Amino acid sequence: MEVIRQKLGSTGEPVNAEALRSNTLRARQMLRGAEVEGHTLPAHLEGYDLEQYVEKSVLTTTLDRAVAWGRANSFFPATFGLACCAIEMMSIVAARVDVARFGFEAFRASPRQADLLILSGRVSMKMAPIVRRIYDQMLEPKWTIAMGACCSSMGVFNNYAIVPADKFMPIDIHVPGCPPRPEALMHGVLRLRQMVLDDPEMGWRDRYAARGTEELAGEDADRPWGPAGA
Amino acid sequence: MPDATGLELLAQELRDEDADSVLDTLYFREKGQLIISPAAIRATLARLRARGYTFLASVHGVDYYPEEPRLGVHYELIDMRRVDRLTVKLRVPTSDPVVDSVTPDWPTADHQEREVYDMFGVLFHGHPDLRRILMPEDYEGFPQRRDYPVGGEPILFTHNEGKSPGWFR
Amino acid sequence: MSEVGGGVSEYRQQEESITLSPLGEQIDDRPLADDYSQEVLTLNIGPHHPATHGVLRLLVSLQGEVVQDVKPIIGYVHTGIEKTCEDKAYWKVIPCVERMDYLAYFFNAMAYCGAVETLLEVEVPKRAQYLRVIHLELNRIMSHLVWLGTSALDLGAISMVWYCFRDRETILDLFEYSTGQRMHTRYIQIGGVIEDIPTGFAEKLAEFVAQMPSHADQYADLLRKNEIVLQRLRGTCPLDEETLLGLGVTGPLLRAAGNPWDLRKAAPYSSYEDFQFKIPVGTHGDNYDRFAVRLAEIYESVKIIGQALEGLPEGPHITTDRKVALPPRHELATSMEALIHHFKLVTEGFRVPPGEVYHPIEGPRGEYGCFVRSDGSAKPARVHMRDPSFVNLQATRPAVRGAYIADLIATLAMLDPVLGGIDR
Repeated sequence: MEVIRQKLGSTGEPVNAEALRSNTLRARQMLRGAEVEGHTLPAHLEGYDLEQYVEKSVLTTTLDRAVAWGRANSFFPATFGLACCAIEMMSIVAARVDVARFGFEAFRASPRQADLLILSGRVSMKMAPIVRRIYDQMLEPKWTIAMGACCSSMGVFNNYAIVPADKFMPIDIHVPGCPPRPEALMHGVLRLRQMVLDDPEMGWRDRYAARGTEELAGEDADRPWGPAGA
Repeated sequence: MPDATGLELLAQELRDEDADSVLDTLYFREKGQLIISPAAIRATLARLRARGYTFLASVHGVDYYPEEPRLGVHYELIDMRRVDRLTVKLRVPTSDPVVDSVTPDWPTADHQEREVYDMFGVLFHGHPDLRRILMPEDYEGFPQRRDYPVGGEPILFTHNEGKSPGWFR
Repeated sequence: MSEVGGGVSEYRQQEESITLSPLGEQIDDRPLADDYSQEVLTLNIGPHHPATHGVLRLLVSLQGEVVQDVKPIIGYVHTGIEKTCEDKAYWKVIPCVERMDYLAYFFNAMAYCGAVETLLEVEVPKRAQYLRVIHLELNRIMSHLVWLGTSALDLGAISMVWYCFRDRETILDLFEYSTGQRMHTRYIQIGGVIEDIPTGFAEKLAEFVAQMPSHADQYADLLRKNEIVLQRLRGTCPLDEETLLGLGVTGPLLRAAGNPWDLRKAAPYSSYEDFQFKIPVGTHGDNYDRFAVRLAEIYESVKIIGQALEGLPEGPHITTDRKVALPPRHELATSMEALIHHFKLVTEGFRVPPGEVYHPIEGPRGEYGCFVRSDGSAKPARVHMRDPSFVNLQATRPAVRGAYIADLIATLAMLDPVLGGIDR
């Protein structure tokens, strides 16, 4: 029996370096408006739609995939342990379920340096604005895991004091359990990793129809921090 | 534990010093309980401290809804030398939920009285810093009263999941 | 402090004079520009901070590095457990109450079940008492291990986390073996324990008992005589017995100050009087004593487990009163009464005679007390847990006034606050 090894590209066909190079050049020329092989771009496409069109026409996604691979394999979780689930989150850092084998052991205390918020534990009414503020301080791209039953739904306590995390921040992965076993949390993190690897563009803005709410440096970058006109 | 007779003797001694302080005694499940009038709480605890009950383990509140007076405050005392426990209880109505704070004599009551205030609305006169401790500072309502709703989210089934507000829609 | 040599900048001299000298004492007579020594800085630590044990917020008034005042603000993980409990049948309250102090879940359940058993006047069989003691002491060791790991992490001895969690995993394996769950096991039920221990558990437990003292020796070797641990913990933030008693503090904090008050010895419950063990007590009440007391308690708990395992009596694992405890499954097929009891217990639950009871037990942080008020129905009218961390937190303020902010962190670590219990 003969075993053939082939590297698969996104279309299932083997990718080789020369084809990739010529595709990249073709894409660049298309974007510049030149006519390539009798194929000019429709004039009405702009911005994101234009990129999608070119992407569909030409195989250029390797850079995105490389960036996604880098992001997915090096989540920096923020230390955000609230209650019992925090102890199980500490267990995944411990030796038995070792999160360092995946590269996620760098728990950052500062939200500015973190990109994964593992919300572990019950979010009380008093804590919710603070969680939201920490989430806002994280830089894009950022992902969230709601660990445990209390922050995903109300958990064991369905009462006046706590609030499910979906009400005030977008969550990518919910990990059920009370508390979830460290292996279950690991499964959730790896699911997130697969999600990031699969679709690098699929941020929460797509899932929650929030395109257009980005704040980009460059626009109003010189304006001092504060409301416009202040 | 002071047994039933010991409890009665103690209550009698307290009544000797102040006739209307002790309203009732109860010996339940081998533990003594004194029900006293709210005005006499500081004095009674001081007298009990003189008799050896030097450790205040817990100050907590109860809502006796619908019996009046509705709000109860319980003080758990320990005599460490004789390994005795004693419960001192008082009840105040919601119309006038004021009790003297025992914090100046027993520093442990600081946070615990704040919790009773937060959860039941009992005002402690003379407390150095009576603010809400568990709920947000500007919360309205006293959650652990019996007539306060438990709250929470409705559990979603197929018949009502459409009515739940998805925040992103 | 002698004069610093020439060549040190003015800025550095100023900084050193603020941070290294005690309050009010100036190294030299030169008046400081802008009077830095009088400036009080209010620093907000938390609620999200790596060095707090949970979401504790501290407002610290600092003068240089010296703490003038500290105000703890809590409530960030308040879950309304006590209110939720009023809504549930007595049996169903156990999982709610367990999640209160999330490192001592057996203790929460034990305090509550003890209170309800007192109200019901139901007797717990001897075997159940011994099994409860085994699991309680295992939980105590586990809680102290987590404390040790996280406290050492706060002090900078990062590798302790892995060692302590290695042993914690062994204990959680034992819990999973006997109860089915790692945390919040719902093992202690009203009237006894939910299930008898499976075959093989006794051997695994014996292995653990044999190896744990040597592991604890390793931790002690790493930390007990470590120069940094000594410098940071010895002599810092002492609190004497009087102050602690006034503040209502119990547990290892009180024992570190010299008072040997331990409910397992003073007012034994659940067959603790059958076991021989000592109570470790400190002398100065400083951070080092708190650390040493907890470390020594691990050895004592191992002894208790060994004795309980050896002397484990035969018998039922839960009370035979069918009005309180579920009948064994095999009886449901043959006995009509068992079926009716099972049905009533699961749907409505048992009714408890009216009354109020406060049941205290000795947990890893101090006195866990459970107050249950029953009005005769199947649901409790009030459940209140007297959590030791809630009361012990009041000791932070007297302990750290006048100490450095690094001592504040070390004291918080040694105080062992668990915010789930504080906020309930």
